Amino acid sequence: MSILATLPGKLAQGVYVLLMNICGLVMEPLQRLIGVRRMPYLFLLPNLLIFGIFILFPMALNLYFATTSGTALFPQDRPFVGTENFERLYACQDFFNPATCQEDRFWRAVHNTIVFIAFQLAGMILIALTTALVLNRKIVARGFFRSVYFYPVLLSPVVVALIWKWILQRDGLLNALLVGLGLEPVQFLLSGTWAMAWIIIISIWAEMGFYTLILLAGLQSIPAELYDAGAVDGTNGAQRFRHITMPLLMPTMMVVLVLALIRSVQQFDKVFVLTGGGPGTATFLLVQYIYSTGFATQIPRFGMAAAASVTLGAVLLIATIIQLRLGRSSERHLA
Amino acid sequence: MSTLLTFFTRRRGRRRWHTTDILAYLYLLIGVIVMFGPVLWLVLSSFKTPAALLEFPPTLLPLAQETVMVPGYAEPLRLFDVTLEDGSVRRLAQVRRVGLQAQMVDPAAPDEIIRVHIDQRSEVRHLRLATENYTEAFVRFNFATYLRNSVVVTVTATLITLLINSMAAFALSKYQFRGRNAIFLIIISTLMIPISVILVPVYLVITQVGWVNNLWGVIIPGAATPTGVFLLRQYMLTIPDELLDSGRIDGASEWRLYWQIVLPLAAPALAVLAIFSVMWRWNDFLWPLIVLTRSELFTLQVGLNAFQGELQIQWHYVLAMTVLTLLPITLVFALLQRFITTGIASTGVKG
Amino acid sequence: MKPKFITALLTLVLLTNAALAQVVLRMTWYDDGQEGVVMRELLDRFEATNPDIAIIMDTVPFAAGILQSLPLQLAAGQGPDLARIVDLGGLSQYLLDLRPHLSDPDYWEANFGPFLDWMRPEGSNAIPGFMTQLTVSAPFINRTLFDQAGIAVPEGPTTWEEWAEVAQQVAEATGTPHAMVMDRSGHRLAGPAISQGAAFFDAEGHPKLDDEGMRAMLQLMIDWHADGLMNPDVWIGAAGQYVAGNLPFINAQVVLYMSGSWQVGQFTNLIGDAFDWEVVPNPCGPAACTGMPGGAGLVGIAATRHPAEVARVMEFLVQEEVLAEFYGRTLFIPGHLGLAEAGIDFQTDLESAKQALNVFASQVPLIHPTAYALQGYRFNRVIFDNLRDRLTQVFVGELTLDQALERMQADIDEQIREAGQ
Repeated sequence: MSILATLPGKLAQGVYVLLMNICGLVMEPLQRLIGVRRMPYLFLLPNLLIFGIFILFPMALNLYFATTSGTALFPQDRPFVGTENFERLYACQDFFNPATCQEDRFWRAVHNTIVFIAFQLAGMILIALTTALVLNRKIVARGFFRSVYFYPVLLSPVVVALIWKWILQRDGLLNALLVGLGLEPVQFLLSGTWAMAWIIIISIWAEMGFYTLILLAGLQSIPAELYDAGAVDGTNGAQRFRHITMPLLMPTMMVVLVLALIRSVQQFDKVFVLTGGGPGTATFLLVQYIYSTGFATQIPRFGMAAAASVTLGAVLLIATIIQLRLGRSSERHLA
Repeated sequence: MSTLLTFFTRRRGRRRWHTTDILAYLYLLIGVIVMFGPVLWLVLSSFKTPAALLEFPPTLLPLAQETVMVPGYAEPLRLFDVTLEDGSVRRLAQVRRVGLQAQMVDPAAPDEIIRVHIDQRSEVRHLRLATENYTEAFVRFNFATYLRNSVVVTVTATLITLLINSMAAFALSKYQFRGRNAIFLIIISTLMIPISVILVPVYLVITQVGWVNNLWGVIIPGAATPTGVFLLRQYMLTIPDELLDSGRIDGASEWRLYWQIVLPLAAPALAVLAIFSVMWRWNDFLWPLIVLTRSELFTLQVGLNAFQGELQIQWHYVLAMTVLTLLPITLVFALLQRFITTGIASTGVKG
Repeated sequence: MKPKFITALLTLVLLTNAALAQVVLRMTWYDDGQEGVVMRELLDRFEATNPDIAIIMDTVPFAAGILQSLPLQLAAGQGPDLARIVDLGGLSQYLLDLRPHLSDPDYWEANFGPFLDWMRPEGSNAIPGFMTQLTVSAPFINRTLFDQAGIAVPEGPTTWEEWAEVAQQVAEATGTPHAMVMDRSGHRLAGPAISQGAAFFDAEGHPKLDDEGMRAMLQLMIDWHADGLMNPDVWIGAAGQYVAGNLPFINAQVVLYMSGSWQVGQFTNLIGDAFDWEVVPNPCGPAACTGMPGGAGLVGIAATRHPAEVARVMEFLVQEEVLAEFYGRTLFIPGHLGLAEAGIDFQTDLESAKQALNVFASQVPLIHPTAYALQGYRFNRVIFDNLRDRLTQVFVGELTLDQALERMQADIDEQIREAGQ
């Protein structure tokens, strides 16, 4: 911790101690008042206060919005309609064909999101794991390479979309390269399949560094003795991977899967700036449906948007619980 | 600790270069190109003139057409390489273009006007960094104010986030109390709803609290992050309870235990959360845009987007300012990045 | 002696009061080019002669700031004192009536009359503000490409089909990738649609899109995209938002660009003399040869705490000399009837720009009544956006034309139904 030995370090330490002591002037008498057993509530208080006012209460408000209609902003001005919004949302003759649904864009968004998650998660896990395995070896300039893979995570979604728009558009870098190689330019953003493929690739590009680091940490906590023992027993690399690495990596893998799924379902900004949900509705995802219905339109339908967001939240919650259950049982299996 | 050190030195095949080593380096090299290449492209493009930004095929480097001062003409004239009828190529300066004809002069002999069809010209270009993208944008764009606001918001929000999230994580990891699991689950479950979805209700709350056009309206709502609490709690679980018990025996208050023992030990995880918080707050766009309508309060991301008018987007300014907004976060990252692996290493493992 | 002393004392008191009681007004603005700079200079001049009022301009991005955030802020009772807005009808309920504070409301009625209807709620006679620009839609052409191809520019009333054919010939002769491009906008499409006979409304004044004229226009768009006449990057390459088709035109990648008068200022900067560009009169259909009117207005907000001061700023800005300077420097078509008739001295040397502005001005009398009604209809953006997005789905094959017409009608009806609750 050589940073602390420097002058600014010592100064920062001094300030820290001072501030904490000042807070202690409040916290310690409170402890005498309410007792040690009740202290955790005090520690939780600031966080829960902000949470309650700015996240939980709006979420409850959102739930209420889902049962109302009209364009009034204030809840008291909105007529209560019960489950009407939900009924309209789920009014479908054939759930596999969005064209038969009343809210066809919602169901198109659902289908697109499912396709997106399937490929993006698989690709993300594969690439993050591979990179983590590579970074786990003894290589030169390890810190540099770690930073390289993490850098795109720092970029704002708008910047990511801007960069890739420049690369993928009709007269962009990629087509220039193709033409230079003597091939025909491809209109990536005009084709539904290509557009979907590219938003999957781009979101993997932008986020994999985060998961790579988590997996890397998990890999580094696997005891070396296990591998050495395996080498002595004569098992080869692939077998060691399957029987030692994978099982012990499972807990970390679960964290990655849960977080990646949540992020994946909530994908919006990058896609919106890159394709706007197009061509047509080929890359139109769930959160964009909520945004365009409840916000970016001359007559926002707050009720419908809220109903869709409640659906989204519920599905995510169930999915996460299932994931965690499966993860726990696999942990038990492999222990 | 020593076990960890052993892994750092692990490698396939002690001395020789195994094929997998070569593959590994190849993978890493490709990674650098794929990960950094697009960003490099962004930086180079930010130095191009508006005209250069529009052309196809796009050039890698910022090029601009050369101009030359010719005696007898007040403005610098653009230089072209012209293929004449006899096949020779001469470097001429263009006076003006009328329809399909261009009137050119030889800079050395400016009296004679040579008429050339526009298809016979090709621009003479040189490397030119259009630094005016940056300087002009500064003049038109209140960069200093926006920077100050962004810094204030980011630093304050990060400090508050670190404090209250670590307090909450401390409570959730080091104590047994009624409602512990329920509270933890509620906090985690809010990860499920992205803020863009509850935008309107949160805005209503802000208006009622009176924090519209107030930087606190941007700082406070995002300070209680579920990810932060999750991360810190996982890490604090690994801090041995004995340390706390012996502290209590010595008569230390819970608050003192928190800041003298637990927080310093949780430093790596705090560093990770600090990086994330800086990243989120620095890049935040939609929320500050709605809450802040007074331009003197705008953050960088909001101000940057003022270049997007109804009908045009002034790309050259957008790119230049985007590069500028990337610099601070790159610096912060470079400084704190070595904490990341050490930090994440001990937090997420148990899941 | 005494009167002088009293005057001096009074002046001192007034000045002190003025300094102490300075009112700060906030104006939410957006920029397409240089007009923010021009407005700032005009406001500075106002502040010099009216030291008790200071105006701060908050420039925001158009889509996220003006179209999305501002309505939310106004609905929540927050917002600025003045704003430059486009959704005149949609926000009319939040606008300030300047009439009680104006010294000469008749001047406003005489010069802004027809446009005030766009800004007022049904049946009111409020005066909320003035037009910072009147816009007219009409096509631009790349004259140099016509010259290179050796094909004459059509004169006189010409149909859209004829224009498409000529543009295609020019494109083929010069190796230009596409013949035409149109802004990704229902508003842009509406002019040609009305020319084809689309009525947009039924007898009761409710939006009704499916009729012969509309089908004819949509089929033209579908065919043009399918045959490669229309640049697809603009309508298909982006979705869910407005996209301008100006970049392909500036890059000489298209022959004809259906857009409008607001482009002139930008074109003088970005094209310069790279090629000759012109505006042509709106092509014809069976029913008319019309474009769509439009524009942005600078309006007062009803929730302001300083209505009298807002009115003073407005009165300064609408003076003929001041407005003439504003329009002249920004190259916007005047939304002031007196100035439109007298003519504006547009400050540009570019022949293309002068010709363009004159042609646009000449198109104004030809605007069809349906176009005016559509522009004045309070929920016109609902019509435009749904028309635009559903049509794009037909281009990419997600919907048939029949399905798209059904869907857009359903979308519009549903949104209007919610607005009525």
